[in-house]
Amino acid sequence: MSGWVGALFVRELRLAVRVGGSGVIGVLFFLAVVTVIPFGVGPDLNLLARIGPAILWIGALLATLLGLDRLFQADRDDGALDLMIMAGRPLELIVLVKCLAHWMATGLPLVFAAPVLAIFLNLDPVAIAAVTATLLAGTPALTLIGAIGASLTVTLRRGGLLMAVLVIPLAIPVLIFGVSAADAAIQDPVPFMTPFLILCALTLVSAVVGPFAAATALRFASD
Amino acid sequence: MTGPNGVGKSSLLRTLAGLVPPAEGHVRLEGGTEELTAFEHCHYFGHQDAVKPALSVIENLTFWQAFSQSVTPDGFTTGRMAPADALDGLGIGHTARLPAAYLSAGQKRRLSLARLLVTPRPIWLMDEPTSALDADSEKRLIALMNGHLLSGGLIVTATHTPLTLNKAQKLHLEPARDHPAEVPA
Repeated sequence: MSGWVGALFVRELRLAVRVGGSGVIGVLFFLAVVTVIPFGVGPDLNLLARIGPAILWIGALLATLLGLDRLFQADRDDGALDLMIMAGRPLELIVLVKCLAHWMATGLPLVFAAPVLAIFLNLDPVAIAAVTATLLAGTPALTLIGAIGASLTVTLRRGGLLMAVLVIPLAIPVLIFGVSAADAAIQDPVPFMTPFLILCALTLVSAVVGPFAAATALRFASD
Repeated sequence: MTGPNGVGKSSLLRTLAGLVPPAEGHVRLEGGTEELTAFEHCHYFGHQDAVKPALSVIENLTFWQAFSQSVTPDGFTTGRMAPADALDGLGIGHTARLPAAYLSAGQKRRLSLARLLVTPRPIWLMDEPTSALDADSEKRLIALMNGHLLSGGLIVTATHTPLTLNKAQKLHLEPARDHPAEVPA
């Protein structure tokens, strides 16, 4: 049972890091978004430190969306998705493993890049640690929610834009609690753990809802 | 299975493969493994090769062997073939370490065919299996198909060229005369 899970995970990781994969592109896009914003809002260090966590979170959300449209479409285009559905394995688990590998290849690099980019935004060390922790706990939720959008738009050519429109409203709760947990760490009277635990709960809920919804959509998409 | 273009040969194969829900009726398999559905006994060999250009040839094949569940009901005697042996048997063993992006169309087709050999499943659903193959590979394909039939397997194939198979039954599809527009592609 565990053999095929490992095989799928390794295949997805290889595809993500080799030529044509989306692993590095996400981090570069994240870098582009975060470095452009100080030019837009001006060199006010206090302002940057205040909105810094929000900028990092929005950057992470956009960078995650960038790579998600190929999550199932690449496999559909070359017929591999049909074979996966016929392979005699639970499709929900296939989706979960694909999401996990996708997050390892695109989400985790964002988490590692966040502390470096946070320095650009004049965040203090406590805030850097808080933002990185919230991104680590929250970006899996973005990938899993995005998988629903990716599976719904899998039959469409250039479905990436529609996917973003579908996914962004669903990702708003994650964004709210991610940013508020990071802000809470900076401003003393508010507890950090309350919004952070809700963020963790959102990730766990999307780990259940995401694969089931995406698998249902994929079954209807194969015709 | 023969018939003119657009008569529904591919649709019928995809329905048997469980990829398209039938408009009415159901697909049932007698003599299979009980806890599996009919389409989990099948290999689908369609027009698309499911070959990832970024992975090497052997990585492509090893993945499908590990991923697809092998099904061997009573009366079907085929073992798992090692990926390297399957590639050698199809004449593309020398490409094993190359990225699949470098393969020609016919070689990709043969790599896709190797997938049917490394995971034993009793039913092969093949959609124009000889397309993109040269005369030599076509002979090899026919030999493989006959070998599969001999070991107790079953093949449903759509074709435009006559295949010299043992024990073949022919199903010829014709478009319905009164409602030709309603026949699905």
